[in-house]
This record gives sequence, structure tokens and C-alpha cells, in this order.
Amino acid sequence: MAEILEVKDIAQQEYLINMGPQHPSTHGVMRLVVSLNGEIVKNVQPHCGYIHRGIEKMCEKLTYPQIIHLTDRMDYLSAHMNNASVCLTVEKALGIEIPERVKYIRTIMDELQRIASHQLWWCAFGMDLGGLTCFFYGLRDREPILDIFEESTGSRLIQSYYTPGGLMNDIHPDFQKKVKEFIKYFRKILPEYDQLLTGNVIFQERTKGIGILSKEEAINRGLTGPSGRGSGFACDVRKRAPYHLYDKVDFKECLYEEGDTFARYKVRIDEMWESMKIIEQLIDNIPEGDYTAKMKAVIKLPEGEFFQRVETARGELICFIVSDGNKNPLRVKFRSPNLINLASLNVMSKDFKIADLVAISGSLDLVIPCMDR
Amino acid sequence: MTDEQIKEKILKILPEVEIPEGKPTLTVIVPPDKLFTLAKELKESPDTSFDYLICLTGVDYGKSMSVFYHITSTKFNHTIILKTSTQNRETPAFDSVYSIWKTAEYHEREAYDLLGITFNNHPDLRRMFLDEDWVGHPLRKDYSDPINIVER
Repeated sequence: MAEILEVKDIAQQEYLINMGPQHPSTHGVMRLVVSLNGEIVKNVQPHCGYIHRGIEKMCEKLTYPQIIHLTDRMDYLSAHMNNASVCLTVEKALGIEIPERVKYIRTIMDELQRIASHQLWWCAFGMDLGGLTCFFYGLRDREPILDIFEESTGSRLIQSYYTPGGLMNDIHPDFQKKVKEFIKYFRKILPEYDQLLTGNVIFQERTKGIGILSKEEAINRGLTGPSGRGSGFACDVRKRAPYHLYDKVDFKECLYEEGDTFARYKVRIDEMWESMKIIEQLIDNIPEGDYTAKMKAVIKLPEGEFFQRVETARGELICFIVSDGNKNPLRVKFRSPNLINLASLNVMSKDFKIADLVAISGSLDLVIPCMDR
Repeated sequence: MTDEQIKEKILKILPEVEIPEGKPTLTVIVPPDKLFTLAKELKESPDTSFDYLICLTGVDYGKSMSVFYHITSTKFNHTIILKTSTQNRETPAFDSVYSIWKTAEYHEREAYDLLGITFNNHPDLRRMFLDEDWVGHPLRKDYSDPINIVER
């Protein structure tokens, strides 16, 4: 006969539960194996690879302009920045000077993309914690940005708008007008986000002091993006290694020292304000000129290694290309910010409740296709 | 520190390194058995303080296997690349830098999974994306999969 366990024995036993691969709070196909003691999280073991497509392997058989189209499919909420990482690496390797107009448009597009990404994160994060209204607010305000993208680039989510040397096509004549309209609208609407969620007592109870990571730990574990800045790690590539026009515009790097879930939330809200500030400085000054530099039909990179750091909406993306002089790269590596941020989840969620795990993983803003590549 | 000063400093720590000219970022080629010592020294020395490992990349050159380390300092904002290579392409093994930078854990697991590079002293070296029973390492140049990879 099976031994009957005493109640106190059961209470002291650790047991495993699976979160995912299909779980509403992972926002994608990722599996977390969670060791629990009662409802206290002791260990989180992420399992990824459910949508691993081998993008790095595919890149080895493709030419550089073709690779751009694969990068959209990694972090689909930062498609423009992913394109930029490859384009900037190729331009740097060839030593091409791109027109000023392209730099302006790229910077504006990147920042619009950042706002759109943070909006979607905000609405999904609010919904994870039980605020369903957030979801409608966020998606409503994201719509004008996607319309602007659609007008100029031809698609809403995965645009493939940048090419080595410039842009796929010029911006729509209404672009500046529409962007200015959106900024005016969103400046009025963004305080509503604070009124709805930031000041909410239940929301604050569930995020303040939850999932703390110190600055030293964040640097050591490579936690970047808004999550890293919530821990006080000044990791913004736009400030540390400026590309595009970020060294010419005036903006603040949003830093918080607390390192908890609420700090990571506040960084993203502040970043939306900063992004609007950047766009406002540039939108009226887009110079006339070509939308692409003259490029050879077949792009061949010189032999050697080239890399470019780019700040996506989630953290630091690196495109590292090893070339042997052919039209295909020998090796392409993308440093996925999501994969490295995920590594901190175990440390952050230790000794917190299982319900807090949802809040913590939500605050990391993970996009699974970027992680798996 | 400027590139020149870093170069001098590295040559003082480890005279056998090779520093090729004309690279866009300072690249240091280190023998595999000395990499851990140099990396530890570069992180702990207060005037270099390379405390953030941005990226770790394994590369299969067809004849040799290499690992690139992009490291930077959050204090001084200087970036260099460490490169180490081995001719043993079948069973390449390097020392893990996990005890220096914890972020190396996932980078090294990824390199092990896709390129079959072993990292000594890694706390939990398992496959990252593929199943445990997967045969071969897909990012190797001689990897063949007649069903899923179409040769053109």
C-alpha cells in the first residue's frame, strides 16, 4: 500500500509545474519549468527552441539584401531596428556614406517603432495583471503608427524598409503631416495611461518591490534595454555608441535605481515621452535628397569581421558578420536581447510567488521569435 | 583608455598575443589556454574594467573553430574583441568564462548547441534550442540534412 504522506510533508516538498509552451502570459511559444515550494518559486528553467527557424544558418546561403527580410521575422515588434543592424554593418564594412535624408527618416522610423512596441507591451502587461481596459487603449493608439508605416513602407508589421545604402522607397508625401498629428494626439493621450494603470493601487502592490535585480547583477548578466535601465545600468546604445542621428538630438537616458518590476515599467513609459521628443526635433527638418546611396548590384563585403550595436525596443541587438569576401557571409550572428534578458528571470523570480512570475516575465517584454531565431 | 593604451596593457599581461593591424575594432588573438587568464585580468584590473560581455560568437571556418568575445566597459566605454581559435575542429573545447561574466551561460549553451563547441567548467552545458537527442550541430559547415536543407 502506498505510503500516506502527512500534510506537513507535502508542504515541504518541491514540485515542478509547466508554464507553457502555450500559456497566455508567455506571449509566444516558450516553456518555463517552475520548481515550486507551496506557491513560492524556487527555480525557473526556461526551455526555448519551439520556433527555432535557423535564421543564422539560412543567412549563410543568402546575399546581404536578402538577409534584411529575415531579420524582420526575429523581433517583429522592432522590425526597423533589426533591419538597421544589418544595413549599418554592411555600410560600415563598405565604408559607404549614406545621404542625410536617409539618416533622418531612419531615426524617425526607429523611434515610431519604439513607441509602437512599448504601447503593445504596455497593453499586454496591463492585461497580464488583470487590467483588460489597457489592452484596448494600447491597441487603439498603436493603430495610427501602423497606418503611417503602411503608407510609407507598404506593410504594417514586418516592413523590410531599410536596404544597404538607404531605403526601399521614399516616404509618403503625407508622412510628416501624419506623424505630427500622431505626436499631438499621443502627447494628450499618454497621461491617460498613467491615470489608468500607473497610479492604480492594485497594480503598484503587484509590481513594487517584485523581482529585484541589482545593478551589478544586471551588468554581469547582460540585462539590457529598458529592463536593464530599470536596474540603473546605463546600457542605452543610442548614448553609448551612437548611430543614425542619435548624437545630434537631445534626449535623456531613462534610468531608475530600484531594479524592480515597477521601475522597468516606468522606464518604458518615460521612453515613449523621450521618443516623441526625438521625433519632434527631426520631423520638420528632413532634408531633400536621395533616399538611397548608389550601390553596386552585387554587394560583396571585404574579408574580415564587422559588427554593429543597435538599441531595439527590448535591448541591445548586435549583428556580427564574418565575411570571406564572397557575396554570402561566412557567418552571421545576431545577439538576441530577449534570450539574454531571459537568463535573468531565474534570479529575479526566486522566492517570489508564482503569480509574481507572470508580472516579472511580463516586465522583461520577451518576444519569442527573437529568442529562438 | 585609448586603443594604444589597451594594446600596451594586454601585451604586458600576455606577451604571446597577436594583434592584427587595420581592424575597425581592436582585435586580440589569444591562445585558447590563456584566454581565461587574460579575460579575468581585463575585467578585474581597475583601469580596464571590462565588466560587460556583449556577445560571444562561435565561428566555423571549415578548417578551424573560433570564438569571438565582444567585451566593453560600462565605466570607460571602450570596446575590444578577443578571438581564440583551435585547429581541433571535431571536438573543440575552450574554457568557460561563466565565472567572469554570468551572461556567458546562454551564449555558451547556444554555441555548444549549434556548433558543438564544449566549454570547460560551464555549470549547465545542455542544448539550447534543439532536442537532446538531435544528431549533429547545424551551424557547422559540413552539416548535412537532405530533408530540411535544400541545396541550390
